[in-house]
Amino acid sequence: MARREPALRGNGWLRLPFWLTYLFLYAPIAVLVVMSFNRNKTPYSWGGFSLDWYGRLAENSSLRTGLVNTLIVALGSTALSTVLGTLLAVGLARHTRSRVLDALSTLPAILPDLVLAIGLLVFYSAIKMTLGLHSVLVAHTVFGMAFVTAVVRARLGHADTSLEEASQDLGATPYTTFIKVTLPTLAPGIVAGALLAFTLSLDEFVIAFFTHAPSQPTLPIVIYSMVRFGVTPEINALATLLLAVSFTVVIVAQRLTKLTEAL
Amino acid sequence: MNTLISIEGVSRRFGDVTALDSVSLDIRQGEFFALLGPSGCGKTTLLRILAGFEEPDAGSVRLDGADLLAVPAHRRPVNLMFQSYALFPHMSVEKNVAYGLEREKLPRQEIRRRVSEVLETVGLAAHARRRPHQLSGGQRQRVALARAIVKRPRLLLLDEPLSALDKKVRAEMQLELKRLQHDVGITFVVVTHDQEEAMSLADRIAVMQGGRVEQIDAPVALYDRPRTPFVADFIGANNLFAGTVSGGGLEVSGLGVLPAPTAGLPEGAQALLAVRPERVRLGQGTLTGTVVDVSFYGGVSHVALSVPGHGGHVLVATQGPARVETGTEIELGWDAADGVVIAADDAAVENGAPV
Ligand SMILES: Nc1ncnc2c1ncn2[C@@H]1O[C@H](COP(=O)(O)OP(=O)(O)O)[C@@H](O)[C@H]1O
Ligand SMILES: [Mg+2]
Repeated sequence: MARREPALRGNGWLRLPFWLTYLFLYAPIAVLVVMSFNRNKTPYSWGGFSLDWYGRLAENSSLRTGLVNTLIVALGSTALSTVLGTLLAVGLARHTRSRVLDALSTLPAILPDLVLAIGLLVFYSAIKMTLGLHSVLVAHTVFGMAFVTAVVRARLGHADTSLEEASQDLGATPYTTFIKVTLPTLAPGIVAGALLAFTLSLDEFVIAFFTHAPSQPTLPIVIYSMVRFGVTPEINALATLLLAVSFTVVIVAQRLTKLTEAL
Repeated sequence: MNTLISIEGVSRRFGDVTALDSVSLDIRQGEFFALLGPSGCGKTTLLRILAGFEEPDAGSVRLDGADLLAVPAHRRPVNLMFQSYALFPHMSVEKNVAYGLEREKLPRQEIRRRVSEVLETVGLAAHARRRPHQLSGGQRQRVALARAIVKRPRLLLLDEPLSALDKKVRAEMQLELKRLQHDVGITFVVVTHDQEEAMSLADRIAVMQGGRVEQIDAPVALYDRPRTPFVADFIGANNLFAGTVSGGGLEVSGLGVLPAPTAGLPEGAQALLAVRPERVRLGQGTLTGTVVDVSFYGGVSHVALSVPGHGGHVLVATQGPARVETGTEIELGWDAADGVVIAADDAAVENGAPV
């Protein structure tokens, strides 16, 4: 018979704090998911299982526009910040020794959102740029790029420069070396950075709130304007869907990084 | 033999570290050349200059008489086998080996043929589809070697190629390297800090210390006629005595006048006498010592003696079992012609050792 791990044995009461912590972490989310399937409108009683709220969701046109806007911003800013962030990380690691430049590259990731939001808004009006989806997209690229740079830079830190030298030694130009050797060794970091930028952009509120045009709200802004009048089960359904999306992204991310590492 | 590479006055500094200090040496077409020296003496830096990853602050490097420093690394007919092997982890063994040929835009057919040929040569044909992380240290080393020689470079540089291997595999690989160099006829420059490895592999050795070349010679000449105190001490075991030339010998304080080939040196000149352990005779001679240790190695025995007035022990190597016991007092000596005298200005003066 297999012996049990000692940590799992012993008095059941000692495990109580452990389970309470998990309850604290996940009970709100569980309630939200359950309520999204509740036929009753109030969260105080269970009226039976129903998918009504999901149906209502599909009919809500302002939520649909918000979702489309958010997807445009998230996909666009992820694409931009992945390319720019990777190039910036490689440039920093291989062509400068400046610690200041290094720190500045990832600063937007640590800066309070509010500071970044106000700064961007002031900048946009200074250059007389109109607000719209493009202004949110650029704003999200600013912090998305900082995250991609940080993740890729960390991976470059312990990547071996002798691989790149070996490539040149075997006759590859610096460009071929970048495509054939540098990028593949960085792939797990790039994928992780891109997924991070995507999930962060998906539910970003503060910066989008400051930089969007009233006619083009993103999903978090639409939701915010809805909950000002109270949380409806419709919102629960929407949150449950978002939860499913972020779970999928995380799982895909893990699969992908394993895959690229095995490559 | 023609000169392939000619290095002249090459210096390289990193901050206040002088990695290379005016190094000059020639490497001949088709030879197996070794750079030997303790860790940190600049061997890797010199290789990296030849490969094109490092630029000297001063000096010139010519290949077939043409300036090599003006050519970027990826266009040099020179390949480096990295100390860390630097195999591409995301490519199979055959992809790693084919990488250099693909860069030359050779026809696919030819690439495939040359890759399988070279994998056959290094005995890895069965592992062509494996990834580097699925191979043992010795196998990885052979992939790195295959990847470099498949390009048929004019010059192959190997940085401590065997240092990551355990002793048994290492001896095997030394033989294999030598055979391979003979078969492919490429000029090899191998870097090592292991003098036995350099002696057994190379046609000629450059002994380096502190960024300078101390001596360049064939292994036997290096052993028999060291020209600097460092070489005398670094290559093989030696008994060293510092003193002044006096009355046809070397006067060493505390020991008196020792037999030494001092012809050509002015009376009173400072010099170092080096005597190999196998040249010292026990039973008669100018010195008297006490046996402190006897070790028997089958074919030879090593005897260590303490001689009053001499700092370290005097080492003696004798054929077969030594017929002395620890604690006995015994006379020892050597023929003047069996010592090597190195004048204090580091120049070779005279040597008594037969060639
Ligand atoms: N890129 C570098 N930056 C600073 N110092 C270096 C660099 N490369 C080598 N050195 C220094 O130069 C000296 C010679 O190094 P190296 O050529 O690697 O020696 P070896 O290969 O003989 O052990 C060492 O003192 C080393 O610390
Ligand atoms: Mg080295």
